[in-house]
Amino acid sequence: MLAETGQFALILAFVVALLQGVVPLAGTLNRDRQAMTFASTASLIQFACIAYAYAVLTHAFITSDFSLSVVAANSHTLKPMLYKVSGVWGNHEGSMLLWVLILAVFGASVALGKAQLQATLRANTLAVQGLISAGFLAFILFTSNPFERLPFVPVEGNGLNPILQDPGLAFHPPFLYLGYVGFSIAFSFSVAALIEGKIDASWARCVRPWVLAAWCFLTIGIAIGSFWAYYTLGWGGWWYWDPVENASFMPWLAGTALLHSALVVERRNALLSWTILLGILTFTLSLIGTFLVRSGVLTSVHAFASDPSRGVFILALIVATVGASLILYAWRMPTLKYGAPFSMVSREAGLTLNNAFLTVACATVFIGTFYPLVIDILGDDKISVGPPYYNATFLPIMVPLLVAMAVGPVLKWKRDTVWGALQRLKPAGIAGLLALAVVLMFTLGRSLFAAAAMALAAWVVVGSLLVLVRRSRLGRTSLGESLKLLRSTPAAIVGLVMAHAGLGLSVIGITGISAWSSEVVERVEVGGPAVKIAGYDVGLASINQARGPNYSAQHAEFIVTRNGTPVTKLRSERRFFPEREQLTTVAAIRTTPASNLYVVIGDPDDKGGWTVRIYHHPLVIWIWIGALVMAAGGFVSLSDRRFRIGVATRQPAAARPVAAE
Amino acid sequence: MSRWAAVGPVMIFAVVALAFGFALRLDPHKLPSMLIDKPPPRFSLPPVEGTSAPLDSSKLQGQVMLLNIYASWCPGCRLEHPTLMRIAREKVVPLYGLNWKDKPGQGGRWLRQYQNPYIAVGDDPSGRAGIEMGVTGVPETFVIDTAGRIRYRHAGPVTEEVWQEVFVPLLASLGVKS
Repeated sequence: MLAETGQFALILAFVVALLQGVVPLAGTLNRDRQAMTFASTASLIQFACIAYAYAVLTHAFITSDFSLSVVAANSHTLKPMLYKVSGVWGNHEGSMLLWVLILAVFGASVALGKAQLQATLRANTLAVQGLISAGFLAFILFTSNPFERLPFVPVEGNGLNPILQDPGLAFHPPFLYLGYVGFSIAFSFSVAALIEGKIDASWARCVRPWVLAAWCFLTIGIAIGSFWAYYTLGWGGWWYWDPVENASFMPWLAGTALLHSALVVERRNALLSWTILLGILTFTLSLIGTFLVRSGVLTSVHAFASDPSRGVFILALIVATVGASLILYAWRMPTLKYGAPFSMVSREAGLTLNNAFLTVACATVFIGTFYPLVIDILGDDKISVGPPYYNATFLPIMVPLLVAMAVGPVLKWKRDTVWGALQRLKPAGIAGLLALAVVLMFTLGRSLFAAAAMALAAWVVVGSLLVLVRRSRLGRTSLGESLKLLRSTPAAIVGLVMAHAGLGLSVIGITGISAWSSEVVERVEVGGPAVKIAGYDVGLASINQARGPNYSAQHAEFIVTRNGTPVTKLRSERRFFPEREQLTTVAAIRTTPASNLYVVIGDPDDKGGWTVRIYHHPLVIWIWIGALVMAAGGFVSLSDRRFRIGVATRQPAAARPVAAE
Repeated sequence: MSRWAAVGPVMIFAVVALAFGFALRLDPHKLPSMLIDKPPPRFSLPPVEGTSAPLDSSKLQGQVMLLNIYASWCPGCRLEHPTLMRIAREKVVPLYGLNWKDKPGQGGRWLRQYQNPYIAVGDDPSGRAGIEMGVTGVPETFVIDTAGRIRYRHAGPVTEEVWQEVFVPLLASLGVKS
């Protein structure tokens, strides 16, 4: 019975979402205040209904109610509790329910938001949000009902693919969806602005926190996914340019561009039409990501069980939402006023350049992802696009972007000179040259490419930190005064510095693993001679049988020494999941800021030996530390008081030309 | 902003949406290879480092067999590997491998790490043979019949589910019990 109430709640939510999409629009046309406030009420009711349905499905997973087809196909009584709960979104139907739940959470947050949002803008935004929600609820109800019953109740469920039973993967999808779906708010705000025909600084101020929040979640989601791939798939890669990885990366690139262009709208009332377009595009790319994963148009490990009818439905949804909004754009945009002009060298110009690079980068990834598809449609020629393509196209775009990234924040608004900016960045330039020299010295001049990359990373990190140094007048005034100035720095600026420096840190990690990783695959015996890698000696100490809740395992213990002194013990496992007859390996990783030592136990031979694979990955952990610092920077920026009370702070007229985010 | 610039985005989107619409009809899992019911193109590949048997297309006949395309850099290959190992262990059907576009040594290393399910596995570092086979991505698995003709091409990992749903009935129709 419970499951049926869940389904009923979903139907109710669908009806409410439809009303939410229509009534407030009529309200803003007729200046009917009541119809406008209905939007807020409706989005709260919608949220309650979907949350209830979601709770019911979670309950079914926890209690292993195999009368539901989704539970029977994806769960198992012996599965640990964490994976029963995360199992809810580990399948197509449940993950779509999570998708609309998050959509409803964002809708309800806009409804409750204290920001001084104009009544009409709020009503129109929520109306658009309601229409999106109605579309996806219809998708769930008509093609992917999570509450479908089985005619015969199986005794045991099918279990979850063992490779997916991992804490990292348990939390990867919710963060990703918080990001994807969070961009729906930017979309709704953009469309609402088009409906009203009014875009200004206050619009940008309202939309920016939402973009920022979505961006932070997406950053974390992508980082978790990449970290998961690094340690579970067990061959030490961290990014594969897999179509579905790209699907999450494209909204991130577009969202990053949006974040920066909205800033120009907020501060200088320029780049209006471009920002609106980006708001629409970012969410479009999120929707395309959803389409890609669920329709089976491209092959990928991430793909859900694909069903052509679902693909058609999602494509129809995309065409309806995006098509309608772009037609609205084409109709409204020519009537809008231009923004304020700015000079070729200024903060605005820097942000525009940033947008140009990010958009082109996003386009390269888009082309790389879909080119095989296009070739497939056009005829019989078959091609594949792999890492070489991205190395040749994506990397060259990233280099100038990184160079410009340090310059942007030190530029003044309206007008500045290149020479002035470079003067301010002298320490960063010195740091870069120093990094170049040090790397070349230690590698005896062999890794020119890596040295250049490290120089770039140092330039970005130091260049970003310089913003704080300049602000606090460090070295030019007393230390106490500097600290006082530092403490009074707006959170938005601290956030900017963290986010930019974070990317620099990631570049360090990427360079480390690309340029200097080493690996050894060898047959070893228990107590036998140790394997040498990067100055470490790794010996196999013991192999024991172990048992997990739903698997049996061979547990290998390795002793790591360096020049005879013990460093650590590492434990790697080969797990066998009888319910699916599948083997997985769990890598043992010793992480230090300088390097990762990564050991995986492989298959035994019949003479008492074991294949063991050992990687040494210098600096790799900085990839994810950098990503988390970026996301943390976003959150710090969100805590800025300007966002909370929705009032712009004006820099005093005599203020130093530092400022801003 | 000019009217044309404003209309641009919706035009581009229309083209992309149309392409997606076409793509939906070309489900890559079902997309038949250009070579269906024809013998595989001629190629002769050296064995992957660490293995002994080369892979010659002229040998791919005489019984129903599978030709699996893999690469060490491919996540899907890792996913399907347990199934391939089971097929090899239970000797359901002969399994041949083609190591596609791998760096020297990587394909062999991968097999040593995870065990080698293949009777013979050819090294195709340039990807030439794979491209002539119509491979669009890895992993892919071809079913070749007794007469040496390709009967089916599967794009994507051969998981246990795929094996049960797709390969078992197909092999049964070709007279192989699995």
